[in-house]
Amino acid sequence: MPRLLRELWRRPAGLVGSVVVVVLLVTAAVALFWTPQNPFTANPSIAWQGPSFAHLFGTDAIGSDIFSYLMAGSKTTVVVAALSALVAGLIGIALTALGSLTSHWVREPVAVLIDILIAFPILLIAMLLSAVFGGSLTVVIVSVGIGFGVNLARVARGEVRGALGTDYVLAAKASGAGPWRILIRHVLPNVAPVFIVQLSLAAAVAILAEAGLSFLGYGAPSSTASWGRLLSSLQRYITVHPWSVLWPGLTITITVLGLNLLGDALREATDPRLKESRGEKTRRAESRRERRRARAGVVR
Amino acid sequence: MTLTVTDLTIDIDGRTVVDRLSFTVADGARFGIIGESGSGKSLTALAVLGLLPDAATASGSILLTVDGGVEIELLGLPDRELADIRGSAIGMVFQEPRTALNPLRRVGRQIGEPLRIHDGLSKHEANARAIELAHEVLLPDPERLLRRYPHELSGGQRQRVAIAMAIACSPSLLIADEPTTALDVTIQAEILELFDELVDTTGASLIFVTHDLAVLAEVATDVVVLSHGRAVESGPVAEVMRAPQHPVTRGLIAAARATSWSPGASR
Repeated sequence: MPRLLRELWRRPAGLVGSVVVVVLLVTAAVALFWTPQNPFTANPSIAWQGPSFAHLFGTDAIGSDIFSYLMAGSKTTVVVAALSALVAGLIGIALTALGSLTSHWVREPVAVLIDILIAFPILLIAMLLSAVFGGSLTVVIVSVGIGFGVNLARVARGEVRGALGTDYVLAAKASGAGPWRILIRHVLPNVAPVFIVQLSLAAAVAILAEAGLSFLGYGAPSSTASWGRLLSSLQRYITVHPWSVLWPGLTITITVLGLNLLGDALREATDPRLKESRGEKTRRAESRRERRRARAGVVR
Repeated sequence: MTLTVTDLTIDIDGRTVVDRLSFTVADGARFGIIGESGSGKSLTALAVLGLLPDAATASGSILLTVDGGVEIELLGLPDRELADIRGSAIGMVFQEPRTALNPLRRVGRQIGEPLRIHDGLSKHEANARAIELAHEVLLPDPERLLRRYPHELSGGQRQRVAIAMAIACSPSLLIADEPTTALDVTIQAEILELFDELVDTTGASLIFVTHDLAVLAEVATDVVVLSHGRAVESGPVAEVMRAPQHPVTRGLIAAARATSWSPGASR
């Protein structure tokens, strides 16, 4: 684990990504107990103030503190991102296992099911669910979980099938390795990077989806602070008070960017093939070609 | 240890790719299987270990007689029992060392894997033994080299790693499926020399699969010539080469002569 962290922090993307994620987590933890101002009180006499020491990011139309509201919203963001990634991971692992390790008669229908589910955009699933159950964070988490779980399964299924067909799995079998050993020692390490990237992407998309759905009124209830809802309530005044919109917009952008950078850096750090000095692109193309060849060459 | 293959037939999707093949590998013998690509020689090698692709079905008999006279029918043996034999009684070296090693694992770990599976060695013990094995296959500076990943090694070094893996549990039968085809000629000669030495010192039997008669003549004493899944000729290598009976054998000899090697020069 310390090795992995060292590898991660050696890369600018990994460093920036981890800083963003750590700042987000710390902010959310602090917001559990303390925010500079109460974000849920209205004080019309100080509406639309610019940034100051009392109100770092200024105040909104009813005079509540934007910085405090963003802090409170970070709790929602962390919960949604973590739970969405968890649900996506569980669905992804289940579908991957069913779609790659089972007999032909289970495997192929699962592949078709994945292809069908992938046709539904995450936002559509979310709007469908919230039309039936009403808008809530659970709807966001479930829809991102399903959407990304399926995505994950499609990519990982190919990777697992590919890895199972490689020469080194054949060589491992020739060394007497059993199915579990092959799965854990030879297949999993090849699929783990895919999972890591996809899950960090899922977390990023979950944040965007929560913001988007709250923006549209399908997401968090009004008692829960949400970056998306703040953005939507402020954007009506964008021509009059452009500064205020900047803060939730920037917060969302930086958080999502940070998660994406972290995911990318994690993938590089977990894959020794990408570590060395030679051009990364050629390496990746090479391993792709190799995999394709391996898949085509089951019967030599 | 003796391996007796009787009437081995392998079908893939209704197509017969190996047809009633019979041969015997005596204790300590160096046996060659030669043929053009698609003649079924690799599948025959895989069938011995029960590693045929899912689409293939095999019939006939592959009988392994281990020391002490215990006979094991390998064909149709449950996977669990086959796994006990793979890597311990029978070791295998594959054609392409670049893909036969897991790119994500250090080579030392890979050499130690059969030891951990069959002999129940700890990580530490397996590593110590892996260093000894690396010395045996003449890898330079094993302590450092074994900490590397396969892509950091040369082709010849990778094949030595694969060989170390195959001989880790001192198998009494070593199967090599075109182990030199992916290497350039000078490295080929070194690897063949290594096989020669290893078989001599360990007393293991060898099944050497190749399409190159010049290579075969370096390591094997007996040979079966395959064409389209059938054995067209068999016998001691020297005899088969002196008086080839079948056009396929004559073709293989002509092909060997066309390369700069002189067949059988060292033997």
